[in-house]
Amino acid sequence: MATFTRPRTLKETITHYCPGCGHGIVHRLLAEVIDELGIREKTIGTAPVGCAVMMYDYIDCDMIECAHGRAPAAATGLKRVHPDKIVFTYQGDGDLAAIGTAETIHTANRGENITVIFINNVIYGMTGGQMAPTTMLGQRTTTTPEGRGMHGEGGPIHVCELLRSLEGVCYLERTAVSSPSDVLATRRAIRKAFECQIAGKGFSLVEVLSMCPTDWKLSPDKAVKFVNHEMKTVFPVGVYKDK
Amino acid sequence: MSKNNVDIHFDAHRCKGCGLCVIFCPCGNIRMSDALNEQGHPYAELIDADRCTGCGLCFRMCPDTAIEIRSNKTAKR
Ligand SMILES: Cc1ncc(C[n+]2csc(CCOP(=O)(O)OP(=O)(O)O)c2C)c(N)n1
Ligand code: SF4
Ligand code: SF4
Ligand code: SF4
Repeated sequence: MATFTRPRTLKETITHYCPGCGHGIVHRLLAEVIDELGIREKTIGTAPVGCAVMMYDYIDCDMIECAHGRAPAAATGLKRVHPDKIVFTYQGDGDLAAIGTAETIHTANRGENITVIFINNVIYGMTGGQMAPTTMLGQRTTTTPEGRGMHGEGGPIHVCELLRSLEGVCYLERTAVSSPSDVLATRRAIRKAFECQIAGKGFSLVEVLSMCPTDWKLSPDKAVKFVNHEMKTVFPVGVYKDK
Repeated sequence: MSKNNVDIHFDAHRCKGCGLCVIFCPCGNIRMSDALNEQGHPYAELIDADRCTGCGLCFRMCPDTAIEIRSNKTAKR
């Protein structure tokens, strides 16, 4: 019997996300993994500032809202006080790699035993499409109308590559949600990252290349092509660390 | 249940009309409605229930969990 149905941990509420937005797919995968591992009652998540700001309305586990970028610091506190709980953060690229750079790097470096779900949509979604640290060279955004340039804005930050060298990091994988096989790979990666935390191995992060059709000003089908043909060239998918 | 023993349901109320299921259905078996739902979106519809293999690719791509599939193919075999 093959069934494809709503996971228990995903609430029935209709999300506020735009049509074709990757956040909805990642929410479902996260909920599927929490169900599979049977950890719903002991999981605490952090909702970000960014388009997923109201994610506590969608995911049926304990959640707190964190100030923009500060989730890894808040999650550090949660996990240290509740070492028996499973703690994850869910963060966009503006959140994790711009305002929260210090929290991200130092939390990873301390090897805090938490899991980070990092949504890389190469743009600031919620605020209307400004350049993110991950915006690609030449990519036009509202703050780089001529395209991001190496001299001026600098190149895109590759988070997995950047964190790989840190001793406390146990698992890093970059995946996408732009085709059914990519979706399956993301689900496996999220599961693996949670398993690392359950085994007490340290910091784990899954970077998901995700569609933002609205701020890219592309239709959902073209947004999927944008991930597959442009983003994956700049941000190769794969396992960056597994120890 | 269809010929292939697949029970597939598209929830027009949840659908946002993104069309990702349409692009990824290997059977080309999904189309968008002409009518709009209460959110103002066209919604995905199955073209022919008997042609659906129950592969689940549409479910995997749907950002809004607007599709649910139950199939007892393996149970039958
Ligand atoms: C301290 C603080 N600074 C700035 C903002 C404004 N702000 C809200 S969301 C956001 C960026 C969101 O982008 P990202 O984290 O990539 O998430 P997305 O919306 O793309 O999912 C910014 C700068 C804020 N809310 N709080
Ligand atoms: S603006 Fe982009 S990231 Fe935000 S909900 Fe819309 S598509 Fe998703
Ligand atoms: S289950 Fe497979 S064949 Fe059936 S509608 Fe979905 S994608 Fe198409
Ligand atoms: S993928 Fe989901 S939301 Fe998008 S058109 Fe298909 S059923 Fe509707």
